[in-house]
Amino acid sequence: MRELNLYQKQMTINEIQDEIISDFELFDSWDDKYSYIIELGKTMPKLAESHKTEQNIVRGCQSLVWLHAYTQDNRLIFEGDSDAIIVKGLVSLLIKVLSGHQAQEIINSPLYFLEKIGLSQHLSMTRANGLASMVLLMQKYAKEMNK
Amino acid sequence: MLNIYQIRQDFPILQQEIYGKPLIYFDNAATSQKPNVVIDALSNYYQHTNANIHRGAHFLANKATGEYEATRETIRQILNAKSTEEIIFTKGTTEGINLIASTFGRKFIQKGDEIIISTMEHHSNIVPWQMLCEEKGAILKIIPITDSGEIILEEYEKLLSERTKLVSVVHISNSLGTINPIKEIISLAHAQGAKVLIDGAQGVVHLDIDVQDLDCDFYVFSGHKIFAPTGIGALFGKKDLLNQMPPYQGGGEMISTVSFEKTTYNVLPFKFEAGTPNIADVIAFRLALEYMNNLGKKNIADYENYLLKYATERITEVAGLKIIGTAKEKASVISFVFDDIHPSDIGTLLDNQGIAVRTGSHCTQPLMERLGISGTTRASFAVYNTTDEIDNFIVALQKTVKMLK
Repeated sequence: MRELNLYQKQMTINEIQDEIISDFELFDSWDDKYSYIIELGKTMPKLAESHKTEQNIVRGCQSLVWLHAYTQDNRLIFEGDSDAIIVKGLVSLLIKVLSGHQAQEIINSPLYFLEKIGLSQHLSMTRANGLASMVLLMQKYAKEMNK
Repeated sequence: MLNIYQIRQDFPILQQEIYGKPLIYFDNAATSQKPNVVIDALSNYYQHTNANIHRGAHFLANKATGEYEATRETIRQILNAKSTEEIIFTKGTTEGINLIASTFGRKFIQKGDEIIISTMEHHSNIVPWQMLCEEKGAILKIIPITDSGEIILEEYEKLLSERTKLVSVVHISNSLGTINPIKEIISLAHAQGAKVLIDGAQGVVHLDIDVQDLDCDFYVFSGHKIFAPTGIGALFGKKDLLNQMPPYQGGGEMISTVSFEKTTYNVLPFKFEAGTPNIADVIAFRLALEYMNNLGKKNIADYENYLLKYATERITEVAGLKIIGTAKEKASVISFVFDDIHPSDIGTLLDNQGIAVRTGSHCTQPLMERLGISGTTRASFAVYNTTDEIDNFIVALQKTVKMLK
């Protein structure tokens, strides 16, 4: 955990986004891309049941997302989960990008990587999955912390 | 015999590719695609006919009114209603149900009265009644279903009593494809003096409807599921009943005379049609119904049943797949689940292969709860779909499952 945080301290949000974008450039077909996201979803650490509370649910029409947030060393840490594996893989990417940073950086860094890797449709499906609401909620946590 | 490859030429949207793959459109229970005659009718209307109807004293107003009213007559024929006074234009099924809840409800539902719906209703045939019951202190009762997705008639009979004022059930379940025995449901309700509303959103698509033979009091449906544009639909109501009901919305068109002392209302069907209606889409609605009639309702139904049978056989090849909704009488809808795969994942991966299906609860959350699932993947077929498409769908589904396992 500490190692991960140290690593993330070295990279800015935009650097992580750029890294993901170049990772995805290796995939030349949609199935490779989605197989990777599915793999991310499968290997993502499970959110502790105690954090799968009603309060932490970001409700979508089709799938559920859970988002748990806390602060550590003046940084916002996010953990999450979903009942759908592709959404979960995307949650893990969003957490990789936004977790472990200071609130100010989260507020000041617009997310562009989903569009660049051709997955922005998952964010625009506001009603279908909880992803768009999850991003808003992550930013809201950052704004509250920054107050 | 229908020439499906010819029919497909009538639907320009089917010629396109999605993510570089030919579109396979299996979301017909959500909405149908539109043939050229319907698309052209919209454009023609605005190029040659546009005028406000029923009041203008000029050529175009008369032409628009004539074409608008021609649709009403076509709908009367499709439903075999006695007169066009019994056909009210609406925005769609949902508005039809809300109109009845609001007007029939205002007039005939009192405290302690009972309204019966079934477990497999769409949210739009649940929520208006919950709202009405809350307002009036009436009671909503729910007909249970079997695990295969069929209404349990004996349980329905037990719910019926002299307190029952209205029974509102779906003709064909959008989630399961179940065709309900509405004729029996209607006559049992009438024996108790209750009125019956049939949600025909899917019914009118797949079945021949004869409201006189069914003897239903109301039948509502949408245009967009039968090749017509979105935003229009129709409500059939028995004339006597419609006459007893108060108007729905106030405004132009629905009045006879207006003064600050006393306003009188227009006759049927205009009493329920306040404001300038969706004229262009209503006119295109007729072209859609004529298109359907030209293909032949029976030919369409036979072909859809053939697709359903073929797809049901083929889909059972997919390991771990379970069909939800196995009623004896079924329309061309297949809902399915896997124990360990979320429907949204299936939908996403099928979409990437150019296949449009619906995933989720299909606006029937109480039904999903009854069946112990959070949602399904639903493939629904129309007359322009082919067995080749079903074969490609099975290949894509196999690949999808393999990726997710």
